[in-house]
Amino acid sequence: MRILGFALGVILSWTGAILAYEVEEERFYPGTGPVVLRVISTADLAVFEPYLRAFQTQRPDISIAYTVTSSTDLYAAIRDGAPFDLALSSAMDLQFQLANDGFARSYRSAMTADLPDWARWRDLIFAFSAERAVVVVNGERIAGLPLPATRQELIALLRDNPARFHGAVGTYDVRESGLGYLFATKETRSTDVYWRLVEVMGRLDPKLYCCSGQMIDDVAAGRLAMAYNVLGSYAAERLARDSGGRVQILRMEDFENIMLRTAIIPRNAEQVEAAGALIDLLLETGVRATADDWPLPPLGETGGADGAGFSPIRLGPALMVYLDPLNRRTFLAEWENAMEQR
Amino acid sequence: MIPRGSIGRRLTLLLAGVAALLSLLSWGMVTGLARQAAERTQDNVLAASAITIAETLRSEQGEVRLELPYSAFSMLDAIGEDRVFYRVTAAGDLLTGYADLPPPDQGLAPGQVDFATGLYSDEVIRMASVLRVVLAGAQPIPVIVTVAQTRQGVDQIAAELSRLAAVLSVAFFVVAVALSAIAARTSLRPLNEIAAAVSRRGPSDLRPLRRAAPAELAPLMTALNRLMDRLGQSIRRSEDFIAEAAHRVRTPLATVRTQAEIALHSVSDETERQRLRGIIRAVDESSRSAGQLLDHATVAFRADDLARDPIDLADLARQTAATLEATAALRDIHLQLNLAPAKVAGDAVLLDSALRNVLDNAIKYSPEDTTVSITVSKLGAMGQITITDQGPGLGDGPVEALTERFRRGANTGGIVGSGLGLTIARDVVAAHGGHLALQHAENGRGACVSLVLPLA
Amino acid sequence: MRYLLVEDNLELAEALISRLVLDGHAVDHAATLAEAEDCLAAALYDLILLDVMLPDGDGREFLARSRTKIETPVIVLTARSQVSDRVGALDQGADDYITKPFDFSELEARCRAVLRRRGGAARNQITLGGCQFDPLSGTLSRGEMVLELKNREIRMLEVFARHPGQILSKAHLMDRLFSYDAAVTENAIEVYVGRLRRRIETVGLKIETVRGLGYRIETGAP
Repeated sequence: MRILGFALGVILSWTGAILAYEVEEERFYPGTGPVVLRVISTADLAVFEPYLRAFQTQRPDISIAYTVTSSTDLYAAIRDGAPFDLALSSAMDLQFQLANDGFARSYRSAMTADLPDWARWRDLIFAFSAERAVVVVNGERIAGLPLPATRQELIALLRDNPARFHGAVGTYDVRESGLGYLFATKETRSTDVYWRLVEVMGRLDPKLYCCSGQMIDDVAAGRLAMAYNVLGSYAAERLARDSGGRVQILRMEDFENIMLRTAIIPRNAEQVEAAGALIDLLLETGVRATADDWPLPPLGETGGADGAGFSPIRLGPALMVYLDPLNRRTFLAEWENAMEQR
Repeated sequence: MIPRGSIGRRLTLLLAGVAALLSLLSWGMVTGLARQAAERTQDNVLAASAITIAETLRSEQGEVRLELPYSAFSMLDAIGEDRVFYRVTAAGDLLTGYADLPPPDQGLAPGQVDFATGLYSDEVIRMASVLRVVLAGAQPIPVIVTVAQTRQGVDQIAAELSRLAAVLSVAFFVVAVALSAIAARTSLRPLNEIAAAVSRRGPSDLRPLRRAAPAELAPLMTALNRLMDRLGQSIRRSEDFIAEAAHRVRTPLATVRTQAEIALHSVSDETERQRLRGIIRAVDESSRSAGQLLDHATVAFRADDLARDPIDLADLARQTAATLEATAALRDIHLQLNLAPAKVAGDAVLLDSALRNVLDNAIKYSPEDTTVSITVSKLGAMGQITITDQGPGLGDGPVEALTERFRRGANTGGIVGSGLGLTIARDVVAAHGGHLALQHAENGRGACVSLVLPLA
Repeated sequence: MRYLLVEDNLELAEALISRLVLDGHAVDHAATLAEAEDCLAAALYDLILLDVMLPDGDGREFLARSRTKIETPVIVLTARSQVSDRVGALDQGADDYITKPFDFSELEARCRAVLRRRGGAARNQITLGGCQFDPLSGTLSRGEMVLELKNREIRMLEVFARHPGQILSKAHLMDRLFSYDAAVTENAIEVYVGRLRRRIETVGLKIETVRGLGYRIETGAP
């Protein structure tokens, strides 16, 4: 076992296994049989309930206990041996670390065999949804301005209209959000304009968020003119719910962050068969060719017409690089320097 | 002869066995080499990763600083989906990574990569460690970077190559077996050719084999030729012996007979004369029996391995009749020939013997001043030589019984005979696939014997 | 006629010679092949009787060797009855063969047959009471008249011709004319003599019955 605690661990409470994570939402879906499938997930019930319902029509005998927590809490809980049968997370780096360090057990089925190579690792970790990070703008607050299509244009837009964007730009607080941190580290490697963008945003007194939901809410409410690096699925969902044209989604054409939502079966899972069945169902929705009425985008959708830019973050040991506390410390220091320069 | 195994099969099996061994060996070697190569590749990647990390080491305000380069980890993907562990220690203290990784060897030299295999987190791991000395202020601090990886990728690559090698080995084996069979057949061809050359020979052809044969077959050829030579000598010796024996027995008999004949001229007493006639008859009988016994033995011997020479029954009848003409003439018996060509395949000596015995019988039993006719004709797919006499016929008993060994007709009177004549004839035609037909002559007087033989 | 008998068994040779001489032939005897060669070098023969097994070699080889030089007909005396041996003897150039032991009449018949085939010799003709008798061809002629005789008639006439004026008993004739395997009675001799007598009367020859003793041919000589 690792003795070294991650810096992330700072925000975890270490008082006990059960209390190692903070429950945001919890719901029990009773089934007809004695089997209870305990799922820990980072996805809100609002997003994930359709999947659970679908699963229960397939397997009415299985009860589901669904617990929503943050990705770091989920990571800590599984590492700590919390009793769960399935862990679904949007933080693929943490999921990978769990798998790498031996906290996942392998699972094999016809569905997992059909997955593309980039969507699974070692029969331990399976991607069931690929989601892009997008820019969300409030149409009213940026009325009259050209909509940026690349980060360069975005930088130019922000730089040229400091009055309009001052205090009205939101993005992840990478110190708090695992997903934000993942996107940020990916961007530093993928595009050389990232630090310039962070600097420009830093000058505009940006608002920093832990979660994408709040960011989208603030954009919709007009408190923000623009939110950068918002997880697309959530944004799209909100748009569909209250499309008044006020909220617009912009895709960056130079480079898109694509995150894989992944599932692992924890090492100490008891209902492995049931967990596998749910993974199969998620994969079935994950490999479907087109988006229908499922809330989460499929694996392949992002690789559609503009497939040229499709490069999901790779499941591999490289994900561990920025999880290393030394690297994290260095990166965060740099980020803070850029972001908090007022 | 009971065939015991086959050289061809044994050779094929032997070669196939060798091929199987080679296939197995090459499979094992390829598998080993593939594993080695995969392991070496992993080692190289691990070393590169460790070195890349070590190169980022620097000192800052008296402290060792490190930033794990992205590439150091992304390159570890190259082999396969393997779990990755790492550790960086500075002067024995953990800087970052997995503290409980097995420690590297003592005495690691700077710049040198140390590899080790160990067990971690229930899996076999391969570790590469490098030592780099970083000057923190004035103090040199030894920093050890260890990068470890599980071996699943290596196993997988090795297994895949091993599978491929197995497929190739099986293919090689199959091809080798096919080639072995061909090779075995080819190498055995001279043997078969010699066998064919020997079996093509006639029954009495004991000349030495003169054939170009591979060196390995020379002893066999020599042995075969020596055997044939010995066989030939042995046959010649026994022939000589028989000739000598016959000569020794028959010459005195001839003397006795001639003397008895002469004595008959000078003796007038009828009792004495009868006695002398008895002597002559006894001599004749024994000589005739001996002759027929010899003929019979010859027939049995030659029928075992029958020659198949083209023979015209008409020629045969003409020649055989010619040698018996003088005997027939003694009793004013006319030999009448009605010949039509009829070709058969057979042993001229045996057929002559058969015909002679039948004809001899006919002449012997015919009354004086009569005709014995010899007719050669064709009847469907068969050719036949029919001997018709005007003698006493075949009697009232069963006709077929006459051909039994030592059986003589019931009405042979005082005529000398051993009873083997018809048996010899029957055996000869039977050996040629024909049969002997005995009938009463058409006009009710005399016998009609036919040698029926399949036409060539 | 002059015979050369090549036979190493002296008893058989003696018996044969006495029989041949009895029939009025001249016979030289050789016991070995070497002697036979000497004889052949010294005299001409009408017929050679050759034994195949001789102390100094195989008679057939001698035959094959001498066939190119000597045209005299050869009858081989063989002990073997094996067909291959017979064929072998004929292949080697013998005119005929006879298997030991043999009926002298048969030997005589074969000799005659061989000689006839070889064209015969004029000096073998016998003059008998103004007739010419050729035992080989079996013809009896007086002037233009030619009589063809049957085999047994020829042999009987030859016996009479060899003993002109002598009285031949029925037993003597029987022994000379018949094989011993047939039971021939003296009555049969009477029948044969009667038949021959009738045949040769046409050319003026007569066989006279001497009561109680036998028969005699009348040669017409005083």
